[in-house]
Amino acid sequence: MNFGLMFDALRVLPSGIGLTLTLTVLSLTAGFLLSVPLAFARAFGRPSVSYAVLAYTYVIRGTPMLVQLFLLYYGLSQIDAVRASVFWVILKDPLWCALFTFSLNSAAHTTEILCRGLQSVPTGIIEAAKALGLKRLQIARLVTFPIAFRISLPAYGNEVVGMIKGSSLASTVTLLELTGMARQMVSATFAPYEVFIVAGAIYLALTTLAVKATQFLERRLSNENTPKQRRKARLRPTLPDHEITTLVP
Amino acid sequence: MGGFAAQFAAAFMVTVGLALVSGFLGTLFGLLLAISKGTPAGRFRSVVTAYTTVVRGVPELLIILLIYFGGTTFASKIAGRYVEVNAFTAGVIALTVVFSGYATEVFRGAIAAVPAGQIEAAKSLGLNSWRRWLFIVGPQMLRLALPAYGNLWISLFKDTALVSVVGLTDIMRVAYVGAGSLRAPLTFYLAASSFYLSLTTITLLSIRLAERRYPAFSR
Repeated sequence: MNFGLMFDALRVLPSGIGLTLTLTVLSLTAGFLLSVPLAFARAFGRPSVSYAVLAYTYVIRGTPMLVQLFLLYYGLSQIDAVRASVFWVILKDPLWCALFTFSLNSAAHTTEILCRGLQSVPTGIIEAAKALGLKRLQIARLVTFPIAFRISLPAYGNEVVGMIKGSSLASTVTLLELTGMARQMVSATFAPYEVFIVAGAIYLALTTLAVKATQFLERRLSNENTPKQRRKARLRPTLPDHEITTLVP
Repeated sequence: MGGFAAQFAAAFMVTVGLALVSGFLGTLFGLLLAISKGTPAGRFRSVVTAYTTVVRGVPELLIILLIYFGGTTFASKIAGRYVEVNAFTAGVIALTVVFSGYATEVFRGAIAAVPAGQIEAAKSLGLNSWRRWLFIVGPQMLRLALPAYGNLWISLFKDTALVSVVGLTDIMRVAYVGAGSLRAPLTFYLAASSFYLSLTTITLLSIRLAERRYPAFSR
């Protein structure tokens, strides 16, 4: 173990954190935006629509992300129509390919997570919202989705961690994110232990941070013991209780 | 594509073999770690927690790279000459580490979910700790763990593709070589993804079957 080299790695590798986080955050955002309508279609759509969404999530979740990434990065170039089209500018760039793959992947996972959340929203709540005269979109926006999101938050935290870890695959298509930087440094110094252990420690810090952030959000959004609730509980009833004082004889 | 059929068949066996070996080893270590974590006076508890936290917080690809390249350096240092850890061994070790890390948490959760009354009842019947595990906690815990455990196997089959990065001739590697030599990446990667999809489908179906056959005992 060469500690000087580890110190070097600690100085060099953080320059890859930016790309790792960019990939993770952008893919998670795109995946989430895609997954919300898909999850509603999967949970409440007509059977044909629901099964179409299931087919998408099943294929994406049943194949390794590495294969999907290579399919997009190397595979699409085989189709001449793609090479000739305007999209080629985007599709020949490894960064866009990685972003596409990760987003599609994250969307598939998040769809299933949110779908399970949507399905476990108690029907009584939705019926109550209907009885109050809310329209379908309002029910989805104000009632079903917030509750489903809260239910699926722990599972979504796992997806966030999975995406941070998954972004390391970008190093296989020449991108220099954290793992890519580490691999480059290993081939230069040939000290695999030191460099990869430092890279692992950085990843561990990132994933721990993500876990803590999700837990914080869970606590903030949970029904019990929120400051608002407590404030409500402290509100006095409009009529003060009649104080019953026993007369002291 | 025709000449690659035999190669794909061999690679399919490599992928399946890698997954089965590391899955079984991972299950074994996961069980041991979960049991040692579950014992009240477990001195390994914090060590096991640290292990699972690290394994689950670090990318699988990085673990594979560390064990393949680091393992070669380590083995060479010990042997005093250049020894190369082959990709299959490195893959088995890395995937076993990953699988056991996740399996420990799954089994630990399942053990905790077995009602305490069951163990107390077994104690009052005079069963010793071995029999308590074998007849009371074990069967109930395994049934509870089954759904999550099945998901681990599906992820394991997908993770085997990562070992191709260090040169193991599995499905992914054959697809990579074939795509390069015949200049037909789309065909080869689509073939590879269909192989992986069939593997995960078989895994999913067998887990569903096992779940139906061994449902969790309801109270």
